[in-house]
Amino acid sequence: MCGIVGLFLKDASLEPKLGEMLTEMLITMTDRGPDSAGIAIYSRGHDGHAKLTVQSANPDTDFDGLAEKLGAAIAAKVKMAVKDTHAVFDLPLDRLEAARHALRDIAPAIKVMSAGEGIEIYKEVGLPKDVAARFDVSKMTGTHGIGHTRMATESAVTTMGAHPFSTGADQCLVHNGSLSNHNSVRRVLKRAGMTFETENDTEVAAAFISHKLQEGAKLGEAMEATLTDLDGFFTFVVGTKNGFGVVRDPIACKPAVMAETDQYVAFGSEYRAMVMLPGIEHARVWEPEPATVYFWER
Amino acid sequence: MQSFDLAAQGLRALNSTLHALNGQTNQTSWEVINPKGAHAIAVGLDAPIDVTVRGSTGYYCAGMNKQATVRIKGSAGPGVAENMMSGTVIIDGDASQYAGATGRGGLLVIKGNAASRCGISMKGIDIVVHGNIGHMSCFMAQSGNMVVLGDAGDALGDSLYEARLFVRGSVKSLGADCIEKEMRPEHLALLADLLARGEADHLAKPEEFKRYGSARKLYNFNVDNASSY
Repeated sequence: MCGIVGLFLKDASLEPKLGEMLTEMLITMTDRGPDSAGIAIYSRGHDGHAKLTVQSANPDTDFDGLAEKLGAAIAAKVKMAVKDTHAVFDLPLDRLEAARHALRDIAPAIKVMSAGEGIEIYKEVGLPKDVAARFDVSKMTGTHGIGHTRMATESAVTTMGAHPFSTGADQCLVHNGSLSNHNSVRRVLKRAGMTFETENDTEVAAAFISHKLQEGAKLGEAMEATLTDLDGFFTFVVGTKNGFGVVRDPIACKPAVMAETDQYVAFGSEYRAMVMLPGIEHARVWEPEPATVYFWER
Repeated sequence: MQSFDLAAQGLRALNSTLHALNGQTNQTSWEVINPKGAHAIAVGLDAPIDVTVRGSTGYYCAGMNKQATVRIKGSAGPGVAENMMSGTVIIDGDASQYAGATGRGGLLVIKGNAASRCGISMKGIDIVVHGNIGHMSCFMAQSGNMVVLGDAGDALGDSLYEARLFVRGSVKSLGADCIEKEMRPEHLALLADLLARGEADHLAKPEEFKRYGSARKLYNFNVDNASSY
């Protein structure tokens, strides 16, 4: 069991409340996944800027002076905002790849959570309410976001085993279920040049979609391919810089409910994760069909 | 009518209050407000009472129901009316997966659509769905009646025993050992009664349905298959 929540805003006036709404949704899903929680939040970036979100087990020492060191290494201005065990670097978009490489040398213990123009990912072990509070998620603004509460089955309860997984710029994926062919798919993707941080099955699904997108597939096509190439149980919710998608395996035993109004598209593992959303009583509420791809792009 | 605010008073208080109504009671009419998708609302009732839930429910609403009438003025989550023994459950909206699973008696009416595995392993319950049902519905269904005014998904009635299935629309595929059967006068009469009790007699006529049942090849011992057992 795991819990998934997601919110894709159509009405910009709700953007200041995205973090608050997602936090409330996430906490409602605590009993589906109390061991760890994570959130990917997408905001409107600034032209030419990128965000690199990193995590450290020893933030006090690892983050001390890191912005200056990273700035010197990539010869660019780097700003750092520390939030508990995570830090977000603001840097020039064209130096993003260089910054990822430089970090491996400067601070090898640091883990990259996400990279891109809009995305920030925060995830940790612990109850969803505690994780959300540590990163002050309720104060965050943005255009869309995805949250996950984990009840681990396929790999250890660790920060890196928590969802969302991000395997490409501005991409993320969360999963309820378990995959049975993830080892063989991981081998194929490794040969194709994808890199992996964990032994987790969900990271393989994320990398599978990232690889398809790299090859030129559209979001909908990449998600469609999971239905033929991934074996196991899954409800996936996927985020990109300007998109939000949902797909369930053909057996569809992992629950999913969606709601749509003029203001938003929302996803919940259960309806009760969405009852606090504005206008939910008049929303179109439905269960996504098995083996059917749904996505929205702005 | 007795009103119960689930948000204020909590689930355990609701269910223990309703469970205390076995035997004689004058409090026969109840409404539950603020259900907010909560799990296990009005499970295990055993009294001839009428409970209206004003909103959508989570997992297992009205499970194990005996005698009571439960009305859901919204949609129902997974496992609604699971293992119902008797009584009636009426859902105005849609039902999630395995609605009416293993039900032994009573009537389940779903006015919207039902998701996958509706009526799985049903053992005597009657289910009337005004919309469509999802894949693997009536899997290993043993007895009782399923009436679907819309369409059925993949593998309808797989490994079916003696439940009767009536579908008005299309069937995406039939499961193993499930076949179409002739509609005889007694089936039309049965269907007319089910449509009336399922509040659907103004929506469909018995003649518009096809009947499906077990070919009885899978569950009877066949000596030619002895090596497979």
